Amino acid sequence: MLKQIEGSQAVAQAIGLCRPEVICAYPITPQTHIVEALSAAVKTGSLKPCEFLNVESEFAAMSVAIGASAAGARVYTATASQGLLYMSEAVWNAAGLGLPIVMTVANRAIGAPINIWNDHSDSMSQRDAGWIQLHAETSQEALDLHIQAFRIAEELSVPVMVCMDGFILTHACERADIPDQQQVDQFLPPYLPRQVLDPADPVSIGAMVGPEAFTEVRYIAQARQLQALELIPSVAQDFRGIFGRDSGGLLRPYRLEDAETVVVALGSVQGTIKDVVDELRGEGLRIGVLGVISFRPFPFQAVRAALAGATRVVAIERALAPGSSGIVTSDIRAALTERALPTYPVIAGLGGRAVTAASLRTMLIDAHADALEPLTFLDLNRSLAERELARTRAARRTGPAAENMLRDIGVVAAGIG
Amino acid sequence: MPYQQIKFYQTGSYVVGNRLLEEGQRSVQSDAHRSNSLTCGHRACQGCGEALGARYALDTVMRATGGKMIAVNATGCLEVFSTPFPETSWQMPWLHSLFGNAPAVAAGVAAALRAKGRSDIRVVGQGGDGGTVDIGFGCLSGMFERDDDVLYICYDNEAYMNTGVQRSGATPPAARTATTQAVGPEPGNVFSQGKNVPLIAMAHEIPYVATATVADLRDLEYKARRAMDFRGARYLHVLVPCPLGWGSASGDTIKVARLAAQSGLFPVFEAENGELTSSTAIRRLVGVTEYLRIQKRYAHLFRPVEQTETIARIQAIADRNITRFGLIDDKTMTQDGSPAGSVPQAQAVR
Amino acid sequence: MFQVRLHGRGGQGVVTSAELLSVAAFSEGKHAQAFPSFGSERMGAPVMAFCRISDQPIRTREPVVSPDALLIQDSTLLHQVDVFAGLQPESFMLINTPRGFEDLGLDEYVARMHRDRLLVVPATQMAQVHLGRPLPGVPLLAGFAALTGQVSLDSVITAIGDRFSGKIAAGNTAAAREAFEFVQAERKALADA
Repeated sequence: MLKQIEGSQAVAQAIGLCRPEVICAYPITPQTHIVEALSAAVKTGSLKPCEFLNVESEFAAMSVAIGASAAGARVYTATASQGLLYMSEAVWNAAGLGLPIVMTVANRAIGAPINIWNDHSDSMSQRDAGWIQLHAETSQEALDLHIQAFRIAEELSVPVMVCMDGFILTHACERADIPDQQQVDQFLPPYLPRQVLDPADPVSIGAMVGPEAFTEVRYIAQARQLQALELIPSVAQDFRGIFGRDSGGLLRPYRLEDAETVVVALGSVQGTIKDVVDELRGEGLRIGVLGVISFRPFPFQAVRAALAGATRVVAIERALAPGSSGIVTSDIRAALTERALPTYPVIAGLGGRAVTAASLRTMLIDAHADALEPLTFLDLNRSLAERELARTRAARRTGPAAENMLRDIGVVAAGIG
Repeated sequence: MPYQQIKFYQTGSYVVGNRLLEEGQRSVQSDAHRSNSLTCGHRACQGCGEALGARYALDTVMRATGGKMIAVNATGCLEVFSTPFPETSWQMPWLHSLFGNAPAVAAGVAAALRAKGRSDIRVVGQGGDGGTVDIGFGCLSGMFERDDDVLYICYDNEAYMNTGVQRSGATPPAARTATTQAVGPEPGNVFSQGKNVPLIAMAHEIPYVATATVADLRDLEYKARRAMDFRGARYLHVLVPCPLGWGSASGDTIKVARLAAQSGLFPVFEAENGELTSSTAIRRLVGVTEYLRIQKRYAHLFRPVEQTETIARIQAIADRNITRFGLIDDKTMTQDGSPAGSVPQAQAVR
Repeated sequence: MFQVRLHGRGGQGVVTSAELLSVAAFSEGKHAQAFPSFGSERMGAPVMAFCRISDQPIRTREPVVSPDALLIQDSTLLHQVDVFAGLQPESFMLINTPRGFEDLGLDEYVARMHRDRLLVVPATQMAQVHLGRPLPGVPLLAGFAALTGQVSLDSVITAIGDRFSGKIAAGNTAAAREAFEFVQAERKALADA
């Protein structure tokens, strides 16, 4: 049923339709609306049989999820930013144990400095944990990906992270088609565990594995990610068959056919980019967009094929890897094995700074003319940053950098002391 | 036919294997059909108190639940020595996740079972003092606070033994560990630190809290069985000497545990919903010196010079426990066989 | 695409207003996107919300930079926050105030704009009467409907019923009707003048 609905509510309804048996969550902005809605659904009895645990930390949330999943339950949790980091040990543990947990990451920047707004630094920090990472472009895709996630996770025994941009998708009210229970039941069968704690057939799960077998156990993790490359598109296809729309899959090309410049991006920013691309196409620039939905596994082959006709690539990076270059850029470069295309990382939208059509337009025109720096920070207030650097060169005890810069731009607490 | 002579060290009516006892009075270990939850072949050290305690506790729970039990284990000695890849000595479903999350993982297992309508299957979470008192403390408190239907058993050997005997929040004052060495002006672990997790568990007012030692295995069995009478969060804290870490003889494990209880340093008691319901009176009161002397982790208290002041401070801790938990009754004897005199029932333990 | 920017203070229901507007547009079969300018706003701090309305799917996610309409829920913001940023000469503006537009001292900001698109409505007072609470969001939306015709009054009332029930829905609906008529009358007066 078509509804005008807040992204978080749409996701909560989708989760409910997937018949989760255990939901455990610790609140963190901007995921709160999702777990609040689910806790109400469980408490009123509209979602049952389901146990909802209010846990004492994100570490506990993922730990409860591990226990519940190992006992054979379909499990869901959600977090963001600092919470994802706090549960990091358990995130890796869940993947290593092969437990098909589904988790929403409401993408939010990681501090310090503390920041509650959207960027991808949180999910990027866990990209090596062995989880499947899927990025939603719209609220519709966010809700759809959760439904697909349970199927992918349970089929492969690999946990799946569904990434949706914090605030931008979680707190925006837009149109979404909420499936009905029958459709979801048709698409998503009950969970049949590959391994389960069962007194009737006892097993020990969580052995210590030494050098003699560790590599092989880890190889299985890689093998599963490669299987996911096959499974994700086929699940998306099945999804289209039952729900009647395109959602998920590995990549989303837009006006790529004769594109010279290709913009690669993850998540909701694709929408703004497409508007700019249409405008620039109207002015004769051959630009296209390659949206990446499956970031892990990274679809190297599919990306290589999609970029076959391109002259250059611009990678929109919603996270910073200090001391390195672009994260998405690295994977793109790894995909382009035979021909090294100029690939320009553009760090954009850190900590919730709006990625505007105007800035994208200027940047893309420069990119199309190969006039971009090797690493671009979109909309950087260079003088503000330079002022702080100059301060640190001039004296030793310059104080906290963030506070200095906030004072410079005249924000709250400016002028204290 | 080859035979192995089995020596029974316990004497008296309640010796394991006494078939004259009523069924209900017999040790679980005397049952040929016991689950043997932690079966032989594990890699524990000679004289490991934890292996002994875990086997007794879990066999009891398996009997109480008719074999319908799932165990969640924190990282630590028990987990490491019981599951040397590719073997496992566990005879029931067992899950090891991380060091600090066993109580939360156990809560998750219990929630899953409940969602599936299988609350007949019971859940035990277990770990050493490190995983319970320190790194697992947040998760433990969360499990208590939510009253999750989990029995959590802490096997307390008073340090991080698996990683080489480092100090934990359960390490007693003056004890030598790898990070509280017997050097400097205050050798060994300092005074005024440490956590009393059984009391903290009581402060959460959970249905059942109890302490036990491997010196009185029948009592440990009783407490494990009693804990399974309840639903909700339950906590069992078991003192398990570690010959390697404590520097005691591997044949002295039970003796050391007995002396810990008989000196008053380790009070043995039960509580329900935050109220003390029983404490086990000391049978033969000993001074702490008898306990400390047979452990090398306290050697610096005796050589080169006896540290009378430090020993007196430790004695004061024991005396406080005796008063607080009412550990002396009219049957308590002193070392020379004379009555110790009774002390009013437990005071100040809320 | 029609873009609306709403200004108010935390706790006044600015975000809800934007959402209700999006629901009203949705009920007419349009695409709509509503979102707040996200922040950890405390009560009373200036907040913004946005709503886009279009016959086509809305893809962009950037904040509304050039609003076609500005809804000011709290007139104390007028001289404190730059609410006028990005306004076009053709833009609409509707301000919640019991005063007349001329009394607000905005002449220099609106010099290039169309006078018949700059209106006021005493939304707080109307809400106080019909709802018993100073929540001006819904009457302001109804005023917006009358001013711009982007959504109908019926759609606003549908959105009210979707979010609220009982006496609150009834109160909001009554306030909406009054605000709609007020703004309609105001427009007519300006046209006739």
